[in-house]
Amino acid sequence: MTNAPLLSLRDFSVARGPCDVLRDVSLGISAGECVGLIGPNGAGKTTLMRAALGLMPARGQSSLAALDRLARARTVAWMPQQREIAWPVSVETLIALGRNPHRAPGHAQSAEDRAAINAAITRMGLEGFRTRAANQLSGGEQARVLIARALAQETPLLMADEPTAGLDPANQITLMELFATQAADGHAVLTSLHDLGLAARHCTRLLVLHRGRLVADGPPEAVLTPDLLAEVFQISAHFAQSPQGPVFQPLGVIR
Amino acid sequence: MRFSLLLALLGALVAALFAVSLLVGPAGLTPAQSLAALIRGEGLAETLVMREIRLPRALLAVMIGASLGLAGAAMQGYLRNPLAEPGLIGVSGSAALGAVLALHTGLAASFMLGLPLAALAGAAAAVGLILVLAGPGGGSITLILAGIAVSAMAGALTSLVLNLSPNPFAASEIIFWMMGSLADRSMVHVWLALPLMVVGWALLASLGRGLDALTLGEDAAATMGISLVRLRLVLVAGVACVVGAGTAVAGAIGFVGLVVPHILRPVVGAQPSKLLAASTLGGAAMVLAADIAVRLILPERDLKLGVLTAIVGAPLFLHLIYRTRREGL
Repeated sequence: MTNAPLLSLRDFSVARGPCDVLRDVSLGISAGECVGLIGPNGAGKTTLMRAALGLMPARGQSSLAALDRLARARTVAWMPQQREIAWPVSVETLIALGRNPHRAPGHAQSAEDRAAINAAITRMGLEGFRTRAANQLSGGEQARVLIARALAQETPLLMADEPTAGLDPANQITLMELFATQAADGHAVLTSLHDLGLAARHCTRLLVLHRGRLVADGPPEAVLTPDLLAEVFQISAHFAQSPQGPVFQPLGVIR
Repeated sequence: MRFSLLLALLGALVAALFAVSLLVGPAGLTPAQSLAALIRGEGLAETLVMREIRLPRALLAVMIGASLGLAGAAMQGYLRNPLAEPGLIGVSGSAALGAVLALHTGLAASFMLGLPLAALAGAAAAVGLILVLAGPGGGSITLILAGIAVSAMAGALTSLVLNLSPNPFAASEIIFWMMGSLADRSMVHVWLALPLMVVGWALLASLGRGLDALTLGEDAAATMGISLVRLRLVLVAGVACVVGAGTAVAGAIGFVGLVVPHILRPVVGAQPSKLLAASTLGGAAMVLAADIAVRLILPERDLKLGVLTAIVGAPLFLHLIYRTRREGL
């Protein structure tokens, strides 16, 4: 695996109306990293990710937006915040959609496609759900199906927008462990998060966005300082290394 | 391979209804006479009836039904809404306006293709207007809004033409035309509509993969290699070709594009790409059946096809809504 970044942004800005909602962001994400994108509501997390993917107009350079559609679809899998499943298609059909970028139009699934689909189904523990209508599952199950779709896309980079929102603690932790495993296996993950505890425990690196600017970038223990938490999040918190790993607990709001 | 079996069954249904459509009519020919006249040209009057009246009628029923079914499935897939229908983007309303203007101005009476050509001009104007209004992006919201605006405008102008019609006969001619019918159409109508419809079918049939991806929403589809801008353009062009051509030769036939995809969706496992093919055949079967029914129910009163599809379609749709609700979807 080469160490060229899978995603690199240079002087990246996004304007909405007259003002910039994202200003002069430069960063690179390489294989092996599980990166958490954190920041208060409205800091520009979703904008950063959507614009980096080329889904909205931006100034500056994004390595992903520069790719053509198919090359991009083979480089990055994107999980939007809204878990949309419009039709009662079977779980297996939905997960198979992840193979679209690898399959020429009008061709049947190859052995490789089927292997990727089956691997994703096994990985997410969806074996018993294959023929169930995907939009009639519970929220947590739907989230797992959508992650399986992204895994089936077999891209080196996975980007997710608040994937833990609305999940119970076990599902949240399972998901973050999955991301960490993906990164350890040589993929890269960029995920926005509101739960700083999950971010501190499972991410190898945190990016902090504040009012459209990247204000911190580094390992969790270097980023989640009392000063930054007060300045950006207006909270105080307890952050310590315990025998069970890093523990982060927000304590109160600083007014 | 349940899907191929379904397509085979629907195909057989269309073929059977097509045959029945050829054999039913006021001329009172026996099936043997009919087929002999159609294929071998036996008997002058019989051949005329079969080749100039019944054959174009049956062909148009298949073409228009297939068009409405396919366009309905494509619109529902694109908008991810089971209530979408081909008329939503305003093309059928604008084609009707063109036809109504042709009737009002006397263009329709002055030469045979005056009305269908005016309707096609109306459809083309609507497409141009919709694409300008909807803007350069690939979003569905702007397309719906543009479609509603164009539909409303076309409806208002159609009412204005009716309002200004010189006498009750002119008004009733317009109203009867707008109800939609396949009676007294000729092979000229078939040849006028067919090229446009073939183009439209090809465009819409190419959308399957993109519509499947849209199941996950616009952002997810865009990152799975689908160009939303191209998808929307192809959809609008395809719907305009098939619906514009269909309205031009037969008037507005409602509910087919709404009900047929809705009925067939559970059968194909709800996958939009599979629904395209199934709905094409299903639409052809429904319009063939309805057009046979208008000839059998009140043969002497010229019951309009569009009226029948609405009368049958609306309660069927209510039933489907009830069933959907009961399943707790």
